[in-house]
Amino acid sequence: MSNAIEKKPLLEVMDLKQHFPIESGFIFKRQIGAVRAVDGISFNVNEGETLGIVGESGCGKSTTVRSIAQLYRPTSGSVIFDGVDLVHAPTQQMLDARKNMQMIFQDPYASLDPRMTVRTIIAEPLSIYRKRGMLDESYTPEFIEKRVEELMERVGLNKAFKNRYPHEFSGGQRQRIGIARALALNPKIILADEPVSALDVSIQSQILNLLHDLQKELGLTYLFIAHDLAVIEYISTRVAVMYLGKIMELSRASDLYKNPLHPYTKALLSAAPIPDPEIERKRQRIILTGDVPSPNKERFGCYFYDRCPSRMEKCKSNIPPMKRMDAHHEVACWLYE
Amino acid sequence: MTNKNSQENYDMLLEVNNLKTYFKTDAGIVKAVDGISFKLGKGETLGIVGESGSGKSVTNLSIMRLIPSPPGKIVDGEVIFEGRDILQLPESALRNIRGNEISMIFQDPMTSLNPFLRISTQMIETIRLHQDISKKDALQKSVDMLKLVGIPAAEERIHNYPHQFSGGMRQRVMIAMALSCEAKILIADEPTTALDVTIQAQILELIQELAKKLDTAVILITHDLGVVAGMCDTVCVMYAGKIVEKAKTEDLYRNPSHPYTYGLIQSVPRLDKAHDGKLYSIEGQPPNVIDLPPCCPFHPRCNKAMDICRNQYPPTKDLGNGHEVACWLFTDEKEQSHE
Repeated sequence: MSNAIEKKPLLEVMDLKQHFPIESGFIFKRQIGAVRAVDGISFNVNEGETLGIVGESGCGKSTTVRSIAQLYRPTSGSVIFDGVDLVHAPTQQMLDARKNMQMIFQDPYASLDPRMTVRTIIAEPLSIYRKRGMLDESYTPEFIEKRVEELMERVGLNKAFKNRYPHEFSGGQRQRIGIARALALNPKIILADEPVSALDVSIQSQILNLLHDLQKELGLTYLFIAHDLAVIEYISTRVAVMYLGKIMELSRASDLYKNPLHPYTKALLSAAPIPDPEIERKRQRIILTGDVPSPNKERFGCYFYDRCPSRMEKCKSNIPPMKRMDAHHEVACWLYE
Repeated sequence: MTNKNSQENYDMLLEVNNLKTYFKTDAGIVKAVDGISFKLGKGETLGIVGESGSGKSVTNLSIMRLIPSPPGKIVDGEVIFEGRDILQLPESALRNIRGNEISMIFQDPMTSLNPFLRISTQMIETIRLHQDISKKDALQKSVDMLKLVGIPAAEERIHNYPHQFSGGMRQRVMIAMALSCEAKILIADEPTTALDVTIQAQILELIQELAKKLDTAVILITHDLGVVAGMCDTVCVMYAGKIVEKAKTEDLYRNPSHPYTYGLIQSVPRLDKAHDGKLYSIEGQPPNVIDLPPCCPFHPRCNKAMDICRNQYPPTKDLGNGHEVACWLFTDEKEQSHE
């Protein structure tokens, strides 16, 4: 997975910000503040790799992915995918580039239309892009039909089920339908927003293996979100740790687990339970106090200041920049200055 | 059962024998819990692990007799709590046990508090329902409990509404309420599933600490094998309404005997271990528990399935040290180990 070294990254995110306005007033609405869901993040995703984003709920993982996919209009920053800046490109060009970027969603119950058959669901991306005239001539209805069957078999669904409705499938099977839909347009990158967190353990490993196989076979690139550290560690080449809309640490998956630098990463790793009683009981935990603070207010110091066990005076009023520790390891913390 | 010494370390507090809870639906009878037995000692922490639909929650609702009826019905079995069978008690006596002797924490802290009432109102109500004390004393006690579970500025926060608390804080409030009557048993139904890992660590630590301090026995229902490993003394693994394996936590992880348990433990990605290539995975789907034929419910997914597995449910076999497994692999004279 990690030997894909490409000069130009497939996806480049630069200083991406996504603020949601908080409004007040009934008729004359005025903005009284903003939820800073994503507050200036930058990273690259190289072709063939998996970048994992991990963080607690409300840290902006999903918003990041949705801003990249232009499902939200980013407040500022740019998303350069395949040479096109999706944020600033004209709509037609953006749509054309986005054909190569597909999403898998978290909740397999909510992300499939209950009134559509599996065939219609999987063929939907194709029929939408066909209507837009962005597919070439060879995509005839017969071809699409064949493609749907092929996709269903590829993700491990019986193609005889193509006329069934989503409610006839279990959670794991629905997630397979979602994956087939994401693959329909032969994308280059798949943005997977917690694709396994709604699934049971035994089903989760099936889906992770499927994603792993698909990547190898089709040369896919993943941007993979999860809150489960073990899942992220398993699937990712590199991992970004997010907190309150900021990236705290970015590193190769193996390094991050062996040598976490940021106090938040350390706490996160020590909080994740390990399914082995002997190890689990001997472990020293770093228990963070308090909750994730509200992202509504503007911050002038380190975003993790309130909960950090090793905070210093400097952290209160200076935002730490991303500092490169070695070729693959970056961290935003004043401890390493 | 030949070897009982594992249970004798504890005074027996709760004994569930052959409990069966069925739900009548249009499609047929759902055997959500189908003949399970376990024991819980004083101060013990028992884990019940299983995937969704395996009957974990129904088991515990049955213990409290909270199964909505109809469609649900406890058709057989007994739940012995301090010498009395809960399933035979009149409703009034039951009310005395619920909350007072056995209390519960639910999965979703957002829905288990009343959004219209202040925390103080809800806590005072709970305490005064079970104990004969004045409102003022009850309030004082509530504040003490909130302090105990680590809510800062408890005197002021107690007058807030649930929406003013975060998820982790709400779960702390639930724990405070559950423990405010000094229950002997605390049933925690996926108490941390809705929470983040750092908050999960806080809450689990809290439950463990309080259980020790107040000498409460805990039944922890979860699907997370990591949580069980850290918290529980004994573990029951449930599949399709039955307990397929029961053992001391160390034994279970060191020597998982039922193919399902083995698969479950293997299929979790591990942080502390290097990995290459694929995860172990159990193929197929959990069975539909409607009108299940008399067979091992795991056989279609089992890589060690034999002919007998398709025709008969395996008896429970004791492997020593309280390690029980329901699998045909262990009942023959040929004691196969599965590696």
